[in-house]
Amino acid sequence: MSMVSVSDRPAELDLSKVPIRLDVKNLDFYYGQHKALKDVNLSFYDRQVTALIGPSGCGKSTLLRIFNRIYSLYPEQRATGEVILDGANILDPSIDLNELRARIGMVFQKPTPFPMSIYENIAFGVRLYEKVSRADLDQRVESALRRAALWDEVKDKLRQSGMGLSGGQQQRLCIARTIAQQPEIILFDEPTSALDPISTGKVEDLLEQLRSDFTIVIVTHNMQQAARISQRTAFMYLGELIEIGPTQSIFLNPTKKQTQDYVTGRFG
Amino acid sequence: MSQQHIVKSFDADLQELRRAIAEMGGIAEKMLDDSIVALARRDPDLAHKVINLDVRLDDLQREIEENGILTIARRQPMAVDLREIISAIRIAGDLERIGDLAKNIAKRVLVIAANIQLPRAIVGLQHMAELVEQQLKDVLDAYTQNDLTAALEVWKRDDGIDALYTSLFRELLTYMMEDPRNITSCTHLLFCAKNIERIGDHTTNVAETIHYWVTGTQLKGERPKGDNTNVSVEVEN
Repeated sequence: MSMVSVSDRPAELDLSKVPIRLDVKNLDFYYGQHKALKDVNLSFYDRQVTALIGPSGCGKSTLLRIFNRIYSLYPEQRATGEVILDGANILDPSIDLNELRARIGMVFQKPTPFPMSIYENIAFGVRLYEKVSRADLDQRVESALRRAALWDEVKDKLRQSGMGLSGGQQQRLCIARTIAQQPEIILFDEPTSALDPISTGKVEDLLEQLRSDFTIVIVTHNMQQAARISQRTAFMYLGELIEIGPTQSIFLNPTKKQTQDYVTGRFG
Repeated sequence: MSQQHIVKSFDADLQELRRAIAEMGGIAEKMLDDSIVALARRDPDLAHKVINLDVRLDDLQREIEENGILTIARRQPMAVDLREIISAIRIAGDLERIGDLAKNIAKRVLVIAANIQLPRAIVGLQHMAELVEQQLKDVLDAYTQNDLTAALEVWKRDDGIDALYTSLFRELLTYMMEDPRNITSCTHLLFCAKNIERIGDHTTNVAETIHYWVTGTQLKGERPKGDNTNVSVEVEN
């Protein structure tokens, strides 16, 4: 009789061959006196979708907002530790925030189109960072809209206001606006929580396509969504990173009891 | 999993699946036990009872499948919950097959009940059935108690049943060669023995499913095997 043996955990992607895009080391974050992140260490790999999950107040959105330094707007908020992008610590006060935000784009929970035409919504951001000819700009706008799976729906009304689009279309417009700046990393903060199921499906489909060009970090409260669209999932609780691993492991067979309790709906 | 879900009705769904599996287990055990008693006593009334019990077992299997699918659709279970539901569906399938095999033994009782003499092999068959009944009981206990060690014990023991089947197979062949009048009853007994051996295989399946439920990994590697009847024929010739 052969020995009883068990199969290994689900085949993991060999991460040793994938470059790290963003490396978080010993990160602490404070809202005034309140410590919202506690010694967080994790890596985001090139052209992978990493989902951040956890109950409200666990620090996942805080973590996301650190990556493009939105917190710098508020003097009482500060981060310590390191977030390394291409060898440089983006928490360094000397870093050029405009350049950082062009390299790390962000899409928010509620669609935030500018009160201008669909065309200008995208062209505006491109012009901000680059000097491009009219023809090139047209091409950049079209390409961004195509990649955001919105072109066919808006090509005949590019001069109409972006505010006139449906919620799902507005969100894809915001994604197109982000893509047009050719960032390396795109942060999504619950991008579909304000959308209907069909629009959600379109955005999820889009995320899958964007993965071939961008490193994606997504905060989501919808665990099925995290399971569908991400390759890696990080579970956070009370400001700490509890567990990070291949998405399949986190949802089928997590290592930590806290993760298991959360993904199975036992957290209380 | 002791801790309750935030959504309490989800706990009730899982509880109902466990209850239904336990009921199926109880019926399958009774069917196996009664079919062997009916065989030994050549008792057609008891055999009929076994056959009738199978209806309830089939209903329960359908119920578990439907409730399992509904729970997946409604709750989108994750991790251990998802594995539990999938395991319940699988185990229900195994228990339903065990019922079918016991029913088949009962049907054969009706055919051979008229035979005055049953060969001594019935003793070996009873012994084999006792072992399988113990396996079935142990694996059902392992399921209700979520006991991985107990499930693995069942998994390892299956080769003993296989070995017993091989020796019974040879014994029955010998009786048939001694006296051709034994052929009919011995052939039926041989099928009964095979059914019992298969019931043993299904209990092993259940043990593997429990392993998957508890650990999230599949049992890998060769199953313990003690059935050598495929070469026994050569030996007898």
